Amino acid sequence: MSDRLSVFKTYKLYVGGKFPRSESGRVYEVTDAKDNWLANAPLSSRKDARDAVVAARKAFGGWSGATAYNRGQVLYRVAEMLEGRREQFVREVAQAEGLSKSKAAAVVDAAIDRWVWYAGWTDKIAQVTGGANPVAGPFFNLSSPEPTGVVAVLAPQDSSFLGLVSVLAPVIATGNTAVVIASEKAPLPALSLAEVLATSDVPGGVVNILSGRTAEIATPLAAHQDVNAIDLAGADEELAKELEIAAADNLKRVLRPRPVDFTETPGTERLTAFLETKTVWHTTGALGAAGSSY
Amino acid sequence: MPTTAPPAHALADVTASDSTLRRFLHGLPGVDAVGLEARAASLGTRSIKTTAKAYAIDLAISMVDLTTLEGADTPGKVRALGAKAVHPDPTDRTAPTTAAVCVYPDMVAVAKEAVAGSGVKVASVATAFPAGRAALDVKLADVRDAVAAGADEIDMVIDRGAFLAGKYLKVYDEIVAVKEACGTSARLKVIFETGELSTYDNIRRASWLGMIAGADFIKTSTGKVAVNATPANTLLMLEAVRDFRAQTGIQVGVKPAGGIRTTKDAIKFLVLVNETAGQDWLDNHWFRFGASSLLNDLLMQRQKLATGRYSGPDYVTVD
Repeated sequence: MSDRLSVFKTYKLYVGGKFPRSESGRVYEVTDAKDNWLANAPLSSRKDARDAVVAARKAFGGWSGATAYNRGQVLYRVAEMLEGRREQFVREVAQAEGLSKSKAAAVVDAAIDRWVWYAGWTDKIAQVTGGANPVAGPFFNLSSPEPTGVVAVLAPQDSSFLGLVSVLAPVIATGNTAVVIASEKAPLPALSLAEVLATSDVPGGVVNILSGRTAEIATPLAAHQDVNAIDLAGADEELAKELEIAAADNLKRVLRPRPVDFTETPGTERLTAFLETKTVWHTTGALGAAGSSY
Repeated sequence: MPTTAPPAHALADVTASDSTLRRFLHGLPGVDAVGLEARAASLGTRSIKTTAKAYAIDLAISMVDLTTLEGADTPGKVRALGAKAVHPDPTDRTAPTTAAVCVYPDMVAVAKEAVAGSGVKVASVATAFPAGRAALDVKLADVRDAVAAGADEIDMVIDRGAFLAGKYLKVYDEIVAVKEACGTSARLKVIFETGELSTYDNIRRASWLGMIAGADFIKTSTGKVAVNATPANTLLMLEAVRDFRAQTGIQVGVKPAGGIRTTKDAIKFLVLVNETAGQDWLDNHWFRFGASSLLNDLLMQRQKLATGRYSGPDYVTVD
């Protein structure tokens, strides 16, 4: 077997359920923690970002309209698929972050558990953040959380897999669609996650994953008029400021970066960050001459 | 270019009988399908950027026949369409008007009122659009109706059944009759429905047939079948109008319709026009896009060029 040729993997983007190369045709070298070459990853351009937004917008209607229960099942399916490819992700995470095999395994396990955790939240978040409001009149007044729309996600730079899952899962759990910019230095686990998403009932376009220079891709996304929110987890202070200014133009929801320990169980903050409250009024019923009918 | 085709003054002779017309149309050189598609594809790779792109976008907007041809068309919808044709981008009055609005004959009067005074023309489909399966009298009545209501342009469909059965003279006579019904006030666009003509050879034959019969425009399709305007069939028709002018001195316009949805596509078509027919056709008197959703994409790209930000569908009208 020693004379067998090695088969290198071509890492590609994930846009609209397909695996295209970058429109620009560019790639960049990805190295492990010790600067050994691992693979070439696509170096996305702003046009890839634009295409990803179009795909995410197209997928939004179906995904946000799916029942919360259904979304939970799909997210759980992602965890199932990940479990089956655990070895691969352990290897990729170990290389990307310079971890020992056992530590990388713990990271991957935590990431799989995170999917399950968020899968459970899909049909419970509405009870937590929504509710019936008492009003001074014969009306039901109900508030329910609605997904914001297309969310641009700058994945954390250091935690290439657990961090990515921790910011991506809450965005799609609530019915948003996402355009994710993978960690610039360690994009390979994210690009492999795309293969898991593609085989786990997540409709094409719900998650779109781009690799490349974070600043180059994030700038047009922050200014994009058809992106509704942006999670700046992977931006440094200077870039975050710049992006927040650009995002103000169409009043995007912005989640500012701050230090997070991704190994801790998260709260609901990332779930509620990309929800908007819709309040509806509905009459309680006819009020007859004899008074209330209920 | 058919070298065997007769000179201009003799083109009238080819319609003397069914057999002379058939001999002429079948004498046109066959189309190299692979070469045609390769040529169309290679012209589609041109990179049009910055100021050239801005020019192309404005030119494309000015060439749009903003179309609504639905059973559910209401006067309100047609008025909205007219308003959009006059001011495509209400937030930016420098955006050019579209060339025309294209509606069914019964909506012509409404459309005419909506675009009055703006220079936007009103085009009406007629002749039992889109199938064209009706008696000639009915088709002509349809045309007269639209013209009487004030249509500036008539989009007729040819009888594809007759064409495919080889009854070229019947198709010819019908176009001539419709042209006559248009009178002097309305320009005639002849729709071949290229998606139903099966072969490129047929599209070339139909193009020449239409032009000989007096079409002011030749138009690819109705937008109602699976295959509509493609770069290849439009390229073929552009070659036909170029060759027709070379032979007869008469310039005929081209209108691809249906399936052109993005700015990128539209600019590819403009490159085809420039490289095939030439600059004389880069004007909305001689080239049109039959489209509805294309305009929104053109406007979004226009906004992108003006502001540097990608625009979104929230910033254009929902039609």
